[in-house]
Amino acid sequence: MVERKIMNREDVRRALTRVAHEILERNRGAEDLVIVGIYTRGVHLARRIAANLAEFEGIDVPVATLDVSLYRDDLRARGQSQPRVQPTDIPMGIQGKRVVLVDDVLYTGRTIRAAMDALVDFGRPEQIQLAILLDRGHRELPIRADYVGQNLPTAFEERVKVRLMETDGTDEVALILDDPVDSDEE
Amino acid sequence: MSLSRTINTPEIGGGLGQESAPRLHVLDLDDFSREEIFEVLNSARGMKEVLGRDIKKVPALRGKVIVTLFYEASTRTRISFEEAGKVLSADVINMSASGSSAEKGESLLNTGLTIQAMGVDTIVIRHPHSGAAHLLAQHLDKVSIINAGDGLHAHPTQALLDLYTVQDKFENLEGLKVVIVGDVLHSRVARSDIWGFAKMGAKVVLSGPPTLMPPDLMRSSKSMVRSPFASLVEVETDLDKAIEGADVVMALRLQKERQHAGFLPSMREYIRRWQVTDTRLGLAAPSAMVMHPGPMNEGIEISNSVAHGGRSMIEEQVTNGVAVRMALLYELTIGPGQEL
Repeated sequence: MVERKIMNREDVRRALTRVAHEILERNRGAEDLVIVGIYTRGVHLARRIAANLAEFEGIDVPVATLDVSLYRDDLRARGQSQPRVQPTDIPMGIQGKRVVLVDDVLYTGRTIRAAMDALVDFGRPEQIQLAILLDRGHRELPIRADYVGQNLPTAFEERVKVRLMETDGTDEVALILDDPVDSDEE
Repeated sequence: MSLSRTINTPEIGGGLGQESAPRLHVLDLDDFSREEIFEVLNSARGMKEVLGRDIKKVPALRGKVIVTLFYEASTRTRISFEEAGKVLSADVINMSASGSSAEKGESLLNTGLTIQAMGVDTIVIRHPHSGAAHLLAQHLDKVSIINAGDGLHAHPTQALLDLYTVQDKFENLEGLKVVIVGDVLHSRVARSDIWGFAKMGAKVVLSGPPTLMPPDLMRSSKSMVRSPFASLVEVETDLDKAIEGADVVMALRLQKERQHAGFLPSMREYIRRWQVTDTRLGLAAPSAMVMHPGPMNEGIEISNSVAHGGRSMIEEQVTNGVAVRMALLYELTIGPGQEL
């Protein structure tokens, strides 16, 4: 197994700072914004982006959490590890809001498709935008991110591992090339 | 009636550690590991959130078919499974013994094989005979079996919803004192609850008339067969003593239809000595909660005011039952969840 570091702690911090500024620029402020993080690491990234927005603009942007496992179309075969179903929490509602979906890696696009399906069960947002820490390519659906921390063309057999302080004790993004064992971790 | 007849064969369920094969059936809790129970309870939390939405529908089990096969009367369990399946977008077909080919004498096994041949994914079965769910699990290889109550043996989904309800309130089950009161002898709920609570580290105390305690659990018993429960529970027939300091008091339904055999001198005596009342609850821990698997005989095993009082979690149990069954249906189809 070979691991190559793509982003370190500072890179992650700068990327999230820039994404927060881009969100403000694009939406001309933070009015009617809701940041929705996709479990697990998207939730932590969403909270950090919201903290940045609070710092830059002095506005408290609400953060919601979204679990998409019940909406996926690519559930792995029985017996392989599945993400745990977790409670979605959108206390403020999204009707008429500008929703910024946040996830760590954009890959096939299927997670985001599931997330959009899940979101519309909670109301009709005015817009859905997408913020991603790392876009690794290989899309299988017509989906693109509005805000990208970093673009990184990858090979299909490579894996991307995002580690965050909150879950993994460190902030970094690594590219992993496995020995010939199949895996499709996002 | 000895427990020995209901001893289980754990390997059929297909246990589910990280390494072992995923679970195919839910027959009882005896073959569930502590970790697996935690995982079901965790995933039920996510499912409960879905139940609280305006639009209670997620596409997770779209295209899957669930048959509920009930050879015994039931409203809450059957409706609970049906709702669980439908909220997850599965197609749910209800079948009861009356009006089916069982009335024409078809055996359980042949009914099971027929349903399997129709390409059904999951069979939820309730049956008056202990072991009915095991029988199907042993002979059908393409469907998952969920035991929704078999004879006096087991009712694992009820036990899981009980565990969920207690964990929801106390967060940690470890070290809690759980008192199960009443007709334990005839209670499949009690048997599955004993497995569940014991595995989660709670202390289980059974109380009720000595004639309604499983004989092989009584201290004086000379029973030849060692009950698998003997080391997991205590028996204290004096309810006032049993309830002292209890965190959970669970009243069981007095199965009046099974009392012809002279288990009780009189209903009045039962009520006087073993009804869960406000006075008796005063002996429990201040934060104690009251549960009942339903349907209740109010005024017999539980007083009216306790059943509808502030400590009663009986309605929560029903809501949680749907969430837990969603979690199980989902897990049997998709596989167990974990932190990724």
